[in-house]
Amino acid sequence: MQKGGSVIEDIMEVTATSRHYVDRLFDPDPQKVLQGVIDMKNAVIGNNKQKANLIVLGAVPRLLYLLQQSSSSMELRTECAVVLGSLAMGTENNIKSLVDCHIIPALLQGLLSSDLIFIEACLRCLRTVFISPVTPVQLLYTDPTVIPHLMSLLSNSLRTQEYITQIFSHCCKTPEHQTILFNHGAIQNIAPLLISPSYKVRMQALKCFSVLAYENTQVSMTLVNVLVDGELLTQVFVKMMQRDQPIEMQLTAAKCLTYMCRASAIRTDDSCIVLKTLPCLVRMCSKEHLLEERVEGAETLAYLMEPDVELQRIASTTDHLVAMLADYFKYPSSVSAITDIKRLDHDLKHAHELRQAAFKLYASLGSNDEDIRKKITETENMMDRIVSGLSESSIKVRLAAVRCLHSLSRSVQQLRTSFHDHAVWKPLMKLLQNAPDEVLVMASSTLCNLLLEFSPSKEPILESGVIELLCSLTQSDSPALRVNGIWALMNMAFQADQKVKVEIVRCLGTEQLFRLLSDPDTNVLMKTLGLLRNLLSTRPHIDQIMSSHGKQIMQAVTLILEAEHSIEVKEQTLCILANIADGNTAKDLIMTNDDMLQKIKYYMGHSNVKLQLAATFCVSNLIWNEEDGSQERQDKLREMGFVDILHKLTQSSDPNLSDRAKTALQQYLA
Amino acid sequence: MSGQSSGGGFLMSVVVHGDSALNEQEKELNQRLRRLYPAVNENETPLPRSWSPKDKFSYIGLSQNNLRVHYKGHGKTPKDAASVRATHPIPAACGVYYFEVKIISKGRDGYMGIGLSAQGVNMNRLPDITFAKAGWDKHSYGYHGDDGHSFCSSGTGQPYGPTFTTGDVIGCCVNLINNTCFYTKNGHSLGIAFTDLPPNLYPTVGLQTPGEVVDANFGQHPFVFDIEDYMREWRTKIQAQIDRFPIGEREGEWQSMIQKMVASYLVHHSYCATAEAFAKSTDQAVHEELASIKNRQKIQKLVLSGRMGEAIETTQQLYPNLLERNPDLLFMLKVRQFIEMVNGTDSEVRCLGGRSPKSQDSYPGSPRPFSSPSHKASSSQPYLTGFDSNCCNGVTSNKSHSSSPHSHKPCPPGSGSTLPASDISLNGSRSQQPITRGSSTAVMSKLPASQSNDVDMEVDHFTNGVTESSSNGFLNGTSKHTTEPDDCDADMEVESAQSKRQLCGGSQAAIERMIHFGRELQSMSEHLRRECGKNSANKKMLKDAFSLLAYSDPWNSPVGYQLDAIQREPVCSTLNSAILETHNLPKQPPLAQAVGQAAQCLAMMARTGSGSCAFASVDDYLH
Repeated sequence: MQKGGSVIEDIMEVTATSRHYVDRLFDPDPQKVLQGVIDMKNAVIGNNKQKANLIVLGAVPRLLYLLQQSSSSMELRTECAVVLGSLAMGTENNIKSLVDCHIIPALLQGLLSSDLIFIEACLRCLRTVFISPVTPVQLLYTDPTVIPHLMSLLSNSLRTQEYITQIFSHCCKTPEHQTILFNHGAIQNIAPLLISPSYKVRMQALKCFSVLAYENTQVSMTLVNVLVDGELLTQVFVKMMQRDQPIEMQLTAAKCLTYMCRASAIRTDDSCIVLKTLPCLVRMCSKEHLLEERVEGAETLAYLMEPDVELQRIASTTDHLVAMLADYFKYPSSVSAITDIKRLDHDLKHAHELRQAAFKLYASLGSNDEDIRKKITETENMMDRIVSGLSESSIKVRLAAVRCLHSLSRSVQQLRTSFHDHAVWKPLMKLLQNAPDEVLVMASSTLCNLLLEFSPSKEPILESGVIELLCSLTQSDSPALRVNGIWALMNMAFQADQKVKVEIVRCLGTEQLFRLLSDPDTNVLMKTLGLLRNLLSTRPHIDQIMSSHGKQIMQAVTLILEAEHSIEVKEQTLCILANIADGNTAKDLIMTNDDMLQKIKYYMGHSNVKLQLAATFCVSNLIWNEEDGSQERQDKLREMGFVDILHKLTQSSDPNLSDRAKTALQQYLA
Repeated sequence: MSGQSSGGGFLMSVVVHGDSALNEQEKELNQRLRRLYPAVNENETPLPRSWSPKDKFSYIGLSQNNLRVHYKGHGKTPKDAASVRATHPIPAACGVYYFEVKIISKGRDGYMGIGLSAQGVNMNRLPDITFAKAGWDKHSYGYHGDDGHSFCSSGTGQPYGPTFTTGDVIGCCVNLINNTCFYTKNGHSLGIAFTDLPPNLYPTVGLQTPGEVVDANFGQHPFVFDIEDYMREWRTKIQAQIDRFPIGEREGEWQSMIQKMVASYLVHHSYCATAEAFAKSTDQAVHEELASIKNRQKIQKLVLSGRMGEAIETTQQLYPNLLERNPDLLFMLKVRQFIEMVNGTDSEVRCLGGRSPKSQDSYPGSPRPFSSPSHKASSSQPYLTGFDSNCCNGVTSNKSHSSSPHSHKPCPPGSGSTLPASDISLNGSRSQQPITRGSSTAVMSKLPASQSNDVDMEVDHFTNGVTESSSNGFLNGTSKHTTEPDDCDADMEVESAQSKRQLCGGSQAAIERMIHFGRELQSMSEHLRRECGKNSANKKMLKDAFSLLAYSDPWNSPVGYQLDAIQREPVCSTLNSAILETHNLPKQPPLAQAVGQAAQCLAMMARTGSGSCAFASVDDYLH
């Protein structure tokens, strides 16, 4: 009890002294106010408790008032800004309170002063406020005169340069922000700072360029032509990547060049990318660097080489990168757990980030080249790591793991071997049950590959009730999910048993099937046609499906052939028609439909060889000799003038088409 | 970028022949090797420049100045593999060593190995085992083109990198600091291949099937891989290691040690005003009486201004037995006196010639009429421990100025008389550079730290820097000598207008005195020989000095360098050391000893295979 009492007394005492500091701000003598502010400044430095106390006691509004009063002396106003800057250095709660007191507009107003020392104090405080994650970035852009004024202050001193560039690099979060800064001459104003004598200024300027160039073609295209002291900006960045420069600078310069490259401002085969940026980023992944740097290095590298197989090949052989990444999974290490609690904590905090970065980089590395995929899967425990990654609690890790799996699933060999051995379909199916859309897209896309007919995982997946899941995906609002759902069904139906096909049709329902045939997304349409085509293969299946759904299918085919569609869509549709023509009973659905026959005739004379070929194929199936009623069909089609067209097609310059036409004509001769 | 240009360079070497091209190539090679490996002493450890025609198996053919290797065996079995080593092993003082090999043709099967190997034990015969493909034998390390495996002293490889073939450029980098090796392919690092490498490995290639041809680049052309960038990283690492080296545990211990070193240096060279001021501001005791320092300073001043007769006399007065006990030293001083007579600067001829002693003196306008006495390092000097002349004071770069002092104008009238003093302080301030670069900057801030050669500026700095701390009114030069030559100013100006210098100042009497002195010297030499035995150094000294008389214009003769004021410095320094020794004070200041020891350590590191010596040059810390 006694102890408790003394703690309270302590608090009261602290509060009392804090109260005294605040009271002095209201002294009628301006000289005493100034001394009060200075004493306050000395009292709060490094003392978070004191800071919180002063904020609670209402020091902030008074300080802001003094700061804004034009009757205050310049010295007083400056000291107020300094104290506010000091308060901002405290906890996030402090920042929130300051922002709630409208500190930002007050300080921005202060920047209009002509006193450099005061401006610097305001900027310093603004900087501290803006780099906090709790401050809404938008506040910088509310008043349209602020950005141009900040640009004009850039030339004033090294300090204004450092603070302003730091504010910019933290407050440029969206394409709109990029555009605003760009339009106000950010590039021309900041470029000269890259060769500033001050390291801090150089570094902040560099950071500005990395956030400005990110996914921004306009900025990137402008940057490649900028000269700094007679040297191209890209070369300035290259120099900043030199191996004796601080790691932070090397890494940020590599990011700038990466973003410029991804925005197509620099070619992927440019030596500054191939011989400088890529090796620099690979180096950042090495064990000797900080965990944060390794994460950033790996993510940036993954982004750089994603679209370019040549860069992927080079990276895969640089500095044992594939093996080096395996180390990313070893945190927290068993050693750190025993020896050092602090280190364990640090490792734990970064473990997820490291894993997801490694998965991302593996995904990027293996996205095109079969040899690289093989190398990745042969890395120690790789498949096990992916499998456990798929069920990690962190969404970021799950997403990255499934991306990696997806990238590797493009390999026929891996699908046949490691994927089956490690039963990756199980965690994948689990992931598909309940996940955010971005994970679902990747997972379902991977599933498509696992359902390819040569994949040994296909059978167990089928047995796990995947059809229902895929059918539900086709009803998603996201086109990507619809495509993946129908694509997987298409793969599943390829050369499948009757039972599976019936199950697909039953589960999907004809209504949904036809809805998909009129989907605004061409990809969805194409895959749905592909599904139909796979369903309508082998005679008994064709007849069975057509006997139950023939009417609707013929309707759908008519609609597609009559509508405006790409050649590919029409070709696919004609192929479906050809499959229908191959059935025993299904044939009649065409033969009795004169309108359809006219359409086939039309496409036999189409200017596109692919469509001619598909239509001829259809006719050929209809008049095939050995089947019941072939004579009647031959006669009917002859009457309709098909034979003449076939004769003409035998003269086609396309050997496939003329062969196909000749084969068809032979049916008449037999 | 470098990659592209070097590709072109390689082609050039194939096409271009002729001496001029070769010379160009040679020049480029030398330049590049000097730039990459500045710490290597090629007299001790030459760098590899080509394949060795002697150190190869007979199935290997060499061409293109021993840079191109081709296979000329039948290549039927792995036993037909053959390799060749470079002319020299890789010196440890490289720190980081790099060479590249371009595959001109992969031949029949492309069984090529690139790497490193140790010299075979038996030099007389060619054991076929040692000459198998790089990486198959003991102390042999290779990267093979056909399978991309690395071979470390065994016939079975480890998966390492990609395969390589015609057109590829493979680089091999040896890090002699951590004894690892990595390869590069077309400018991309493939990662560490070997660790724990032994010392003294030779660049090596091995070939195994007909038609295989490779070209080496030991620096003849720019490298495809940016090796200099890699070296920068290691230089930074080593320097950071030095900077962060833990110094003394107790607070201030390090600083006081440095202060002691500085103080002792100042005392040693008799910069008494500076020494006094420094000792005062750093609260130290000076271990020599001020009077004694001043005495030494006085003698040094005399020597450095060429007034040898007076110097000898003063020495005999102040240190009665010194020269008697040191006949060789006395002889040396006398020889110098003879030279100064020829020069017309010695006091004895000066009075006869009626000319200013300063007339041919120190060329006050030249940027460095007196260098710090310690700067000269001839073998007879006290800097025995390999204290290289480059290591001290950082003034060596000025040597060219001193050797042609006449090209400099005399200083502006009025300030001329104070110049000798200011110049000494200039050297004093320079001598502190090594320490200002170290960690005790706070102490040094009161002292002039200018590195400029401009005399006027030095004077400014001097007055700005030291006068306020020099309590007793005179500057580093003793007041006596700096004020005395006031009357010479006019002479000096007249003198500078004269184009031709004359023997002994042009006075006949002086010449006679000089001849007479020469005879005395001759007999002294003979006496010395009888007493102490032959001394080739003394003999040469005398011969060189007398040779001056063989030329009508001694100053422009092959032996004219002796007349240069800079030659007074070793004499001055030897005399100073001898005096200090009689007082049981170290004949070499601890600072110079420390610098010398550091240089010596680096040389030893180079010899014992510690590569980090490459990035820790003492010079880097001296200016």
